[in-house]
Amino acid sequence: MTTPHRPTATGSRARVLGRVRAALADVPPAERPDEVLVARDYLDVHDTGGPGELTDLLHENLTEYRAHVHRTTRARLPETIAELLAVRGSGSVVTPPGLPPEWLSGTGIVRVPDDPTGTPLTAARLDAADSTLTGCAVAIAETGTLVLDAGTGQGRRALTLVPDHHVCVVRAPEQVVASLPLALPRLDPSRPLTWISGPSATSDIELERVEGVHGPRTLEVVLVTGS
Amino acid sequence: MSAPSETFLGFPAFPEAAHDAVRDRELRRTMRHATHTIRDKRARAVAELADWDELRTAGAQLKERTLRHLPHYLEQLEEAVTRAGGTVHWAADAAEANRIVAELVRETGEQEVVKVKSMATQEIGLNEALAAEDITAYETDLAELIVQLGRDRPSHILVPAIHRDRRQIQEIFRERMADWGRTAPENLTDDPVQLAEAARLHLREKFLNARVAVSGANFMIAETGTMVVVESEGNGRMCLTLPDTLITVAGIEKVVPTWRDLEVFLQTLPRSSTAERMNPYTSTWTGTTDGDGPRAFHLVLLDNGRTDTLADQVGRQALRCIRCSACLNVCPVYERTGGHAYGSVYPGPIGAVLTPQLHGIQSEVGASLPYASSLCGACYDVCPVAIDIPEVLVHLRERIAEQGGKGHRLEKAAVNAAGWVLNHPRALEVGERLASLTRRLQPKRLPGPGAAQWTRSRDLPELPARSFRAWWKENR
Repeated sequence: MTTPHRPTATGSRARVLGRVRAALADVPPAERPDEVLVARDYLDVHDTGGPGELTDLLHENLTEYRAHVHRTTRARLPETIAELLAVRGSGSVVTPPGLPPEWLSGTGIVRVPDDPTGTPLTAARLDAADSTLTGCAVAIAETGTLVLDAGTGQGRRALTLVPDHHVCVVRAPEQVVASLPLALPRLDPSRPLTWISGPSATSDIELERVEGVHGPRTLEVVLVTGS
Repeated sequence: MSAPSETFLGFPAFPEAAHDAVRDRELRRTMRHATHTIRDKRARAVAELADWDELRTAGAQLKERTLRHLPHYLEQLEEAVTRAGGTVHWAADAAEANRIVAELVRETGEQEVVKVKSMATQEIGLNEALAAEDITAYETDLAELIVQLGRDRPSHILVPAIHRDRRQIQEIFRERMADWGRTAPENLTDDPVQLAEAARLHLREKFLNARVAVSGANFMIAETGTMVVVESEGNGRMCLTLPDTLITVAGIEKVVPTWRDLEVFLQTLPRSSTAERMNPYTSTWTGTTDGDGPRAFHLVLLDNGRTDTLADQVGRQALRCIRCSACLNVCPVYERTGGHAYGSVYPGPIGAVLTPQLHGIQSEVGASLPYASSLCGACYDVCPVAIDIPEVLVHLRERIAEQGGKGHRLEKAAVNAAGWVLNHPRALEVGERLASLTRRLQPKRLPGPGAAQWTRSRDLPELPARSFRAWWKENR
């Protein structure tokens, strides 16, 4: 997109940068940014433990933030997904491109596939769907966080936002990292990322936590372990 | 010196505003409950991390590095955002930022925008400026919605409606929601779950139909051009994802050098603000992405007094602030006065150092805020980027005293008189004797300008029957 030339814009750029430089007159001109000390003496990981313990920690922290967590194996995954959609009473499920078809092989539920390059689902269509099923890019045990990077099996950001019920499949242990410092190098900032720690919530009324405002009010996480 | 923001004028200075606020029993009770709840939770969340001090130090150092080399990082950011398909605009002051945003909205042909909670857009009075251009801005954060519907002012950085209790919110929703869109459900009670549901229903169609959104940014990554917005409700995701055009307004100090630096701030910010290990939703985006989210992204970089703040080598550290609001929640002054008394969108201890620096110390409000503190230092202890707020407060008091003014002239005269008496022992002795003899006749409060103000809230020390010097003469 081209923006029409704004006569004031370039003037303000020079003006603001000029003021910033003038304000920093005390900084020696030869000083380089990396010469200003940043001591990264903090820990990479707080809870050390084996891969099994990490999955337990993720489970525990997700539950504490009111996500519903289900443990299953790869073989039983379709059954688990079918079961939780049935218990929820969902009539339709939004599916992103690249979602493994076997994940929904245990249920006859109406699929609402998103086709971003052809006809993407409108916000209204997403609003009318009951559930969304996706994978994730990485999960962080210490904070109980799922990160979605709009990649294969995750889809556009809107898919996990508008429907009221989000089912997210996490492959453990390979997608689970212990901490934030270990998660960041695995993520590509050029992709749009959504970090999810429990369902939508607010504490705006007397600082009392209420789950479920605008995002999905129910977050179900399926931890897939073993073969 | 940039022009003071128009939203800033017209409020009483802190002492007058606080005078009324501390007498509001309901407000005192609401504020006490809220601040104590959150401060205890924060302490527990922070205690979970054995390396909190190291994270705090690293956060402060990262911000110092950025501030000392701000031109470098701003230019790097601009280049990265542009490369990723975004457009960067520079605004020297509030008026210019508002003009840029209004023009960008007009270019889309829309007359409504949905807004993510943002301190920067409040600071510049964007909603009012857009309204003057016939553009309606809908606040979508629950607390901001309460403030907007109630024609109120925010009183807390994180929870702008912290001064409202559930019954008041119920009333506001019942009476005002219809003016802005979908009416509140019938039989709406004051149950927070029901109130949140009412907000969800009220805003739903706005989100689904919105074409333009305005947001702030918690962090901007210079290296990659990535924007970061941290939130809880999902209103942020709605605004950042569904509209065609996204306009982000952020202060120039929000930039941080690298993607990796988030490993510090995303650990310290949620624990300091909402006392959570991680907030429910964090969105990051870089320019525009084909087929996902807005097709046009504009970043408005705002100065509006920040360079004046940067020029002060002591006061500069206030620009490290990541707007967590931990300092508000622990402040004994804020707890008792509430946020409105500070007369600015930035209340509490950080507001007392930020507002006078952004808008100047010439105004009555600006000159009064650095005194809105007992200098107890609780704010410094909890600050996740180690801003020494008491140090900046004292420094600002010094600047204010230097610029003079009525109070300071009296103070100087009093100190000069005291100096003369102390230099003349005979005069001191006579004075002491007179004071002791008349002690029963002395009032508890002093009359006159300055003295009356001082003794209104402080007891005068009782004079002893005789002075130490007299006692010494008799007993040595």
